[in-house]
Amino acid sequence: MTGKPRRVVVTSPRTAAARRPRHPLTREIDEQTRLGEVYMRSLVRTQFRLALFVCTLLACLVGGLPLLFLLVPDLRSAQLLGLPLPWVVLAGLIYPAFIAGAWLYVWQAERNERDFADLVERQ
Amino acid sequence: MSIAAVVVVVLAAILIGAFGIRMSRTTSDFYVASRTVSPLWNASAIGGEYLSAASFLGIAGLLITYGADMLWLPVGWTGGYLVLLVLVSAPLRRSGAYTLPDFAEARLESMAVRRASSVLVVLIGWFYLMPQFQSAGLVFRTITGAPEWAGGLVVAGVVAANVLSGGMRSITFVQAFQYWLKLTALAVPLVFMLLAWRSDGFPGLPPGDPWALPLHGREHPLYETYSLILATFLGTMGLPHVLVRFYTNPDGRAARRTTLVVLTLLGAFYLMPAIYGYLGRVYGLPATDTVVLTLPGRLVGGVGGELLTALITAGAFAAFLSTSSGLTVSVAGVIAQDILRGGVRSFRVATVLAVVVPFALAGTARSLPVATVVGLAFAVAASSFCPLLVLGIWWRRLTTVGAMSGLLLGGGLACAAVLATITGGPDTGWMGALLSQPAAWTVPISFAVMVVVSLLTPSRVPAGVARTMVRLHTPERLNVDRGDWRPRSL
Repeated sequence: MTGKPRRVVVTSPRTAAARRPRHPLTREIDEQTRLGEVYMRSLVRTQFRLALFVCTLLACLVGGLPLLFLLVPDLRSAQLLGLPLPWVVLAGLIYPAFIAGAWLYVWQAERNERDFADLVERQ
Repeated sequence: MSIAAVVVVVLAAILIGAFGIRMSRTTSDFYVASRTVSPLWNASAIGGEYLSAASFLGIAGLLITYGADMLWLPVGWTGGYLVLLVLVSAPLRRSGAYTLPDFAEARLESMAVRRASSVLVVLIGWFYLMPQFQSAGLVFRTITGAPEWAGGLVVAGVVAANVLSGGMRSITFVQAFQYWLKLTALAVPLVFMLLAWRSDGFPGLPPGDPWALPLHGREHPLYETYSLILATFLGTMGLPHVLVRFYTNPDGRAARRTTLVVLTLLGAFYLMPAIYGYLGRVYGLPATDTVVLTLPGRLVGGVGGELLTALITAGAFAAFLSTSSGLTVSVAGVIAQDILRGGVRSFRVATVLAVVVPFALAGTARSLPVATVVGLAFAVAASSFCPLLVLGIWWRRLTTVGAMSGLLLGGGLACAAVLATITGGPDTGWMGALLSQPAAWTVPISFAVMVVVSLLTPSRVPAGVARTMVRLHTPERLNVDRGDWRPRSL
């Protein structure tokens, strides 16, 4: 019990601190620094890829149907549940397909925005 | 009885208009209203304004004339909202633009592009209004025997009076009610007609009737089908009266959700015209735009049939009035602000211009099926505003010169084709197909011109494009600098 307690060096890996930028990210975006631009471009690109994906699916469905009817003439007069197949598809089934596509898009687009906002605000 | 229905609808419109006098219609009112309007109400209002005579009467008429290929028309008019949803809805709301010229000005920072957009908005609005008036004339003649211009005059007069008094438009709930009225006015008679069809033992088409087959009934069915698909899927986003409603959403996220609900409401509505067309063909009704009106009398008959016809007539006039007033307000606003000097006096002159020109056109142009002419308005929108919006929102390198050349060339060519078609251009052969369904060539031209000219003029990229991109794409919860551009209020 004699003497001073032994000195202990307290250190920290400071990993989080080392990665923290000097400004909040919103300021990087406001000042249009290169970092802010990188973040903005990544947001726009993510949303654009999603939009393009939905549009491509839509184009395949909508653009493919007339082609299918052209190339496979039997489909034009085919019957489904006693109704002409083209009518079942074009006057019925295609609408729920649109709504399902729209619903999935909204879900994913909101998620992308949430991720972006979390990323920017976490810093 | 149908006359009574028309009187009731017209009186209701006038009363609502008179009641709304004290409601001012400034952009900030829309903004305030937006805090209380839910996506369902907002979507109903968009549906109420969007479902015009072409949807209510025109689709069934064209189906009987041309057969299954015309099913693409309602599919495109619904699917257009899916394209609008994924490419345009949230960024457009975030832009804060109140009209298409506003968006052009905000994105391209150019008054010249703004003015070109204004001219196109006016032309699209007139092309869209003209068949509404013609159709009103046709319906009015069918129920009263009055000359064809009389019905158009009634609708034009009521719309002009309402817009001049400042009512009608600002009330989201009225437009929302119009959607449910139109839905009911088609759905209730349909139920009774299906019952009558059942008691007749489900008569069908004669076996081997080519009418029900796709790619049949027109000269160049494949080209015309694809052109129709392009015009309707891409044209929806460029309609002047649809865009204003997006401003009523509180933020970009609500704009997306509203669009999703619009898609659902339209899908529900568009299930019905196809059945009307099918039944009309089965019972051998003549192929005109009035088939929807005459069908209940034919199938149900008696007092019941008359009541149902009256209900459909009321729905048809609601369609004429709601679409026409939405379009008139949009067109008059643009004329007053961008072509005249602005202010209340200009707005009055502009309203008269917005109604009189299409009314005069309706009298002089040859009478084509209403859905065909509305389809032409979609083609102009698809070849001008679709590229402007899509490239403006997603492509930083769009330049003022590029946007301007695309608008002028794409929109100009499409307008020329429309004018040739409605004044009596060639109906047959490739020339007829190219002019009556121009979208398949004008849309690619417009996109290509905008991209190529933009790449050739890199020095004309708007200075504030980075800030605009932040404004268009960042979610509202982030506190970032979005620039200080505001739409000029009327």
